[in-house]
Amino acid sequence: MEWIATLAVILDSAIRLSVPLLCAAMAGLWSERAGVVDIGLEGKMLIAAFASAVIAAQSGSAWAGLGAGILASVILSLVHGFAAITWRGNQIVSGVAINMLAAGLTVILGNAWFGQGGRTPTLEGAARFGEITLPFAQTLREHVPGFGLIYDEVISGQSAPAYLALLAVVLTALVLKRTRFGLRLRAVGENPAAVDTAGISVAGLRYGAVIICGVLCGLGGTYLAVSQSAGFLPHITAGKGFIALAAVIFANWRPWPALWACLLFGGLDAVAIRLQGVALPGIGQVPVQAIQALPYLMTVILLAGFIGRSTPPKAAGLPYVKER
Amino acid sequence: MSAAPVDLPRWADTALVPLVSVAAALAVSGLVVLGIGESPLEATALLLRGALGSAEGIGFTLYYTTNFIFTGLAVAVAFHAGLFNIGGEGQATIAGIFAALACLWLAPLPGLLLVPLAILAAAAGGALYGFIPGWLQATRGSHVVITTIMFNFLAATLTVYLLVEVIGKPGSMQPETPEFAAHAVLTPMHRLLAPLGITLPATPLNSAFLLALAALVAVWALIFRSRLGYAIRTVGANPRAAAYAGISPARITMVAMAISGALAGGLAVNEVMGVQHRLLLDFTAGYGFVGIAVALMGRGHPVGVALAALLFGVLYQGGAELSFDKPSITRDMVVVIGGVIILFAGALDGLFRRAVAALLLMRGR
Amino acid sequence: MTPPAIALTGISKRFGPVQANRDVSLSVAAGSIHGIVGENGAGKSTLMSILYGFYEADAGEIAVAGRPCVIRTPADAIALGIGMVHQHFMLVETLSVVENVVLGAEGGAWLSGGVKRARAELSRLSEAYGLAIDPDAIVGDLSVGLQQRVEILKALYRGAQILILDEPTAVLTPPEADQLFALLRALREQGKTVILITHKLREIMAVTDRVSVMRRGEMVAHLATAETSPPEIAEAMVGRRVLLRVETEARPRGAKVLEAVGLDMVDARGVALLSGIDLTLHEGEIVGIAGVAGNGQSELLEVLAGLAQPSRGVVRLNGQVLTSADRNPARLRKLGLMHVPEDRLRTGLVTAFPAAENAILGYQDDAELGPGPFLSPSTISARARETFAAYDVRPPDPALKTAKFSGGNQQKIVLAREIERAPKVLLVGQPTRGVDIGAIEAIHRRLIALRDSGVAILLVSVELEEVMALSDRILAMSGGRITGERMAGDADERDLGLLMAGVTGEAA
Repeated sequence: MEWIATLAVILDSAIRLSVPLLCAAMAGLWSERAGVVDIGLEGKMLIAAFASAVIAAQSGSAWAGLGAGILASVILSLVHGFAAITWRGNQIVSGVAINMLAAGLTVILGNAWFGQGGRTPTLEGAARFGEITLPFAQTLREHVPGFGLIYDEVISGQSAPAYLALLAVVLTALVLKRTRFGLRLRAVGENPAAVDTAGISVAGLRYGAVIICGVLCGLGGTYLAVSQSAGFLPHITAGKGFIALAAVIFANWRPWPALWACLLFGGLDAVAIRLQGVALPGIGQVPVQAIQALPYLMTVILLAGFIGRSTPPKAAGLPYVKER
Repeated sequence: MSAAPVDLPRWADTALVPLVSVAAALAVSGLVVLGIGESPLEATALLLRGALGSAEGIGFTLYYTTNFIFTGLAVAVAFHAGLFNIGGEGQATIAGIFAALACLWLAPLPGLLLVPLAILAAAAGGALYGFIPGWLQATRGSHVVITTIMFNFLAATLTVYLLVEVIGKPGSMQPETPEFAAHAVLTPMHRLLAPLGITLPATPLNSAFLLALAALVAVWALIFRSRLGYAIRTVGANPRAAAYAGISPARITMVAMAISGALAGGLAVNEVMGVQHRLLLDFTAGYGFVGIAVALMGRGHPVGVALAALLFGVLYQGGAELSFDKPSITRDMVVVIGGVIILFAGALDGLFRRAVAALLLMRGR
Repeated sequence: MTPPAIALTGISKRFGPVQANRDVSLSVAAGSIHGIVGENGAGKSTLMSILYGFYEADAGEIAVAGRPCVIRTPADAIALGIGMVHQHFMLVETLSVVENVVLGAEGGAWLSGGVKRARAELSRLSEAYGLAIDPDAIVGDLSVGLQQRVEILKALYRGAQILILDEPTAVLTPPEADQLFALLRALREQGKTVILITHKLREIMAVTDRVSVMRRGEMVAHLATAETSPPEIAEAMVGRRVLLRVETEARPRGAKVLEAVGLDMVDARGVALLSGIDLTLHEGEIVGIAGVAGNGQSELLEVLAGLAQPSRGVVRLNGQVLTSADRNPARLRKLGLMHVPEDRLRTGLVTAFPAAENAILGYQDDAELGPGPFLSPSTISARARETFAAYDVRPPDPALKTAKFSGGNQQKIVLAREIERAPKVLLVGQPTRGVDIGAIEAIHRRLIALRDSGVAILLVSVELEEVMALSDRILAMSGGRITGERMAGDADERDLGLLMAGVTGEAA
């Protein structure tokens, strides 16, 4: 039963590493399904991580931190929406700007306010999201071999934002598929003219999507700083926003496959950490970097159509202009 | 609400709009400074004094400018072909690897041969790493933007692997190569000019600066004076007309990305061969991204790129000096300014053009 | 008496410099099929987009079923019972049929209820009109004919009493078109009003009760279909313009220069764009292609110019069969085949460039333009100044941005560029579209002079008058085929109009 314990540890670590990816991936999915390309997921998570850590430290409440994280991220989302939707600016350019803005602002403000090289004060107690033990965790662990252990280690014992992230996947899938808003949103990313001629506001839908994107990035950033770590560190997102982008592409802009892609990428990360310096029988030492590079490499190969086919929403990245 | 693109006189289009958006960006940054309880005016004075107030400051400023010229030109050339190359960081990284390998492996060669070869290797590495996304877009339809983002991370991971496992300095805990031989590096400017009787304080400024100036002229000649540049601009402005003119947009996409990558490689020449004299992690330090701001602000023209690069050189050097005096204002301020400039001069260009047009109209009345 | 379903009075709409609609009035009787015909760009689609609330008119009034109303958005139009089937379908290809149908009329925050209602309604409509369709099919997988059916169902589901169809048969095969007409008649039986926009006279004659003709943004005729004829409509569409008859003397034609045999072309969907085109061009003659826009002339030009590849057929230039390597614009220019494209703004010019740079578009590799890999701005600009003077381009400023020239002067820049290099064959598309009268005359003189110097010219124009004024020989095209050939002396408008309408039997 030794391997089950190892598996449980790796799975647990995979989930923890997947949560921020999941939030950002759902965020990107909302935005891009509505036709607004967002390479600023990274920046929004970063600003959310910072804002949440600051407010959590000041207020002593992790939930207040979450609120602040979401607010900060939504503000950047609206900047992106203003440029991309109202002014029909280049969405890539705007995304790059938002990433730089967040990278610079968080360090400057952190440094100015706390003077610890950009770090925020360490979060303790209620200022940080604790682990939530699900019902029967202990009982199952003791009485059901295998599954009980996995239940206790992996499924139970995650923090509130992690469960919220999972809920976000369920809601995203549900809303997109079954509601009026979801239908219109799917339509506006494919053919905004069809939405316009049906008498629905293209800009309104896109702003809605962009705000949801901000909320989810806010959740992801908060998880990083107020749950996974006990405070903000400069560049805490470390490219997770871009891996999430890769996961969205990998999942062909669909919620459930995006969940699996995020778990896969998070899992790769967990395995890479685990394998550091370990020689595998028959293979020898696997360079950690090779595993870390896999998400990026797989995305490039997928995009080039060498495996499978990726079809982004048809109107993604294109400002909507009524044709004459 | 926005509407059709605004028609502006040429001078307003090429000079006034970028100036207004940069001024607005600086104003926003001033607000940030104000927000952290410092005086923007004092900060500006300190910054300018630090960047331009001494020969040493100017040396550092021009050293940073060199980096921005290369990365700005790289983005600008791709822009002319209608492509958005966000991969400057990755291309510079690969260029750095190529240059380092050349400097290490070809060390027996005399410097007169080795240095040009290493520079060519850097250009070739950057070109190759730019060409591949271009090729993938031209032949497989995968978008340059996403591919270059992924390539940035791949390049970074590859560097870590090489520095840790393959070409790292034996026994060092730092991920870095051994230092290059003395004849394998670029000459610092103060030594280059000493024989001419000009004494300069020792700064990182080196002969790569001259290479950057040459690159400015070369890119100007390429884009505005050569047949290839004409083809590049045609594809960028109207791919249909390009096809009508017998120019292949696919071919131009690959060529332009390769040239763009080679220019980004100049960053490696300055940093790896000119200053660090070894390859280390993250030597690109975000210069590639600021290059986007430089290109947008410079409107893709080498003269504009030179001016914008100088502005960022001043901000970088001045910002470093400023953070000595005012520890609360770190050099990350420059990243913020870069971000705001990209937002204003790039994504919100329509807004600023509209504003400038309204201003001109008001004055005309 | 029932008021007209639609009454438009004095509608005007301007897009920048283009007056798309000028003081247009139109009355459509309830329960009728009303055709609106006109050339491309005559303003039909703009007028209907105004009626559908996609654009707001600058001036004019709209009354629906006798009640004056303001239509600002498509939502307003839908509420008034107006439905529209756009030329480019407003469908979301990744969604299912039923999802497309309910989009914008979901009837609640959750989809399930609305979708259920829509299914029931779809099956009712299917039975009422014979519009069978699988509600769960993904629209992108459907044939074009079925996609159009979805568009119609969408409008009917929203309770449309007035249905506007914009060029509905442009993408249909003839049997599909016949099915559509049967449906339109069935809708009329049910008391619905149908407005059919088209430029195909056959359709007007086949299905409409009345027809209104538009030309250059204005309404020029209202006719009862039973009392008119295709030639009469064609004449109204094309109009009579006071054109200077350029002196042309009959000349013996020279050797064959360009010969196309059996050219076929199909688009990605498998619709035939060109079928069995045979064409010969001799030195010193102008061959005009007469046809209503969209009947394969553009594709013919593109194939001959090397911009598109035919799916079958052979082209010979100076007796040499063109290989696929030859069939690219750069190579063809070297062989002496030049091309003035139909759409100068999108294809023939880079409007962001200064004029001088457009004067070398396509010739950027010519050795005389500069040393080695470089272009010499002074040479380019001097040459441009020379040709601009020779061709009376105004203003004669090579540094001015091309977008700032008038249409006529832009066209002169293109024409000068292609003529200057001494072509053996010149393909010319719509040489005077959007060009003022003065410039038209100058352009026509140029083309005649060029022909007199021995150049073989293929002229494609939707202006029948122009084709007749300039051509030595006229080929009529319809539906991607050449439907007849006339020597200039034997051609008359009536006869050509019938050929252009695809009526080949009786004319001889």
